[in-house]
Amino acid sequence: MANRPQPSFPEPDTQHFWEGCKAGELRYQRDAEGNVVFYPRAHSTADGSGGLTWHVSSGLGTVYTYSVVRQNRMPGFQELGAYAVAYVDLDEGFRMLTNVVGVANPTADIQIGQRVQVEFEDQDGDDAYPIPVFRPI
Amino acid sequence: MAQERVAAIAGIHEYPLRVAPGVSSMQIKADSMKRALDDAGLSWSDVDGLYDALDGEGGGGLGLAAYLGIKPRMIDTTQVGGSSYEFHASHALRDIAAGRTNVAVTTYGSTSASMRVPIGTGGLGRGGASWQQNMEAPYGSTLIANYAMVAHRHMHDYGTTTEQLAQISVATRKHAMRNPEAVKAMTDLQFVKVDEITVEDVLESRIVADPLHLLECCMISDGGGAAVFVSADVARDIKKKPVWIIGSGEATKYRENDGDITTSAGAQSALAAFSQAGVTPDEIDIAMIYDSFSITVAVCLEDLGFCGKGEIGPWMADGHLAFDQPGLTLNTDGGGLSSNHPGMRGLFLLLESVRQLRGESTSQVEGAQLAVAHGNGGLLGGTHTGGTVILAAD
Repeated sequence: MANRPQPSFPEPDTQHFWEGCKAGELRYQRDAEGNVVFYPRAHSTADGSGGLTWHVSSGLGTVYTYSVVRQNRMPGFQELGAYAVAYVDLDEGFRMLTNVVGVANPTADIQIGQRVQVEFEDQDGDDAYPIPVFRPI
Repeated sequence: MAQERVAAIAGIHEYPLRVAPGVSSMQIKADSMKRALDDAGLSWSDVDGLYDALDGEGGGGLGLAAYLGIKPRMIDTTQVGGSSYEFHASHALRDIAAGRTNVAVTTYGSTSASMRVPIGTGGLGRGGASWQQNMEAPYGSTLIANYAMVAHRHMHDYGTTTEQLAQISVATRKHAMRNPEAVKAMTDLQFVKVDEITVEDVLESRIVADPLHLLECCMISDGGGAAVFVSADVARDIKKKPVWIIGSGEATKYRENDGDITTSAGAQSALAAFSQAGVTPDEIDIAMIYDSFSITVAVCLEDLGFCGKGEIGPWMADGHLAFDQPGLTLNTDGGGLSSNHPGMRGLFLLLESVRQLRGESTSQVEGAQLAVAHGNGGLLGGTHTGGTVILAAD
């Protein structure tokens, strides 16, 4: 899956997250009270305050749930075999939509509760943003 | 408890065809409005309120008013996905009570089947730059996959099985086979088997996104319809018995860092609706629940309070969802699974509720007095809305 849809910019909320992916970092935010904010935004979802700070995740998490997609008519995915989409709960307390990769048979080899580690999958094109996906550990 | 009876559904129409080549969504909307007004014994010029879900080529209430050639004094373009029509009914109750409209319509028209729109499998995130698209588009999730992730977590947390969820598909198909328009729909859309189905049929159908099988997924059809909302004054003089809107609730839910994906926005919207109506789930005769997928119905029935969270599998096991069995009856028109799903099914939940409470359903529950129409819009498991409407016979 090296030809995935890329994020598009300008988009001020998510640019720093994706620059992090280029640097090999999975970035997330906290507000002044320490509440985790994810997906990235300019305001705290707890109280609307600004001044969020960026942090780098360990990239370790747990599969919250997943599905193996057998059919996707979207270019870039439609010719793939079955692949797994998942919500992964990162240890720092945020949940992201992602893929679980690196298993022979996604239907049999992925389980809810499984521990996973982020990796950044390179994409075609010199300026392409690598995509953060997860592999069981 | 005496219910307030200030707003009613006076007329309905469901566009009969599910494959309608050569017809535009706007034509379906206008035709359906005319026929729903006829059903109520009201006229085009009586309409003074317009609800619209931004469907078709209409441009919402603004463009639709121009197309229809009417000048309503109340316009509401609420688009919250497939549950938009439950929101419209909810707003109609509010707006009629406030005296802002006496005869309002909501219409729906779609040519999703003829246009070959891959609603469930087309992939998400094809839009331009946005905070959410940028975080989700790269992963190749589909609409179905979002619902499937809810199903997986429900199975993990509560031991729910596909065999249990299949009861929803089985009961719905039984109802569809009694509805000539649903039979024609399945025939025109070239279903492999236009007949009643068994749990085994569901299990043996192919998996579209684990763990959801084809026979747990709604069809993609053309279609549409309309409903006419009226004040109590107008309701006195209509052609048929009014069906009263006695309670409604609205809510939203989305991916949250510590959220429980097995509970939908319906848990919040149902509380408001039942509270306003002054009735409890065990008094409900008919549940019209948005059956985009089996899991949608399962989660929403729990969230509406028909059984506890996680109990849906055993609760459905006796097959009581069918109209000829004692207990709560589900989706008597054949549902999105087997009758009609042009993309936003919420309208049909209201229409079949009205048929049941008038005694006009093809799978009529004798003496039905109370129905709940619950729409789930957007993506269960992702960003979605819940719209709950409680309806009472006259």
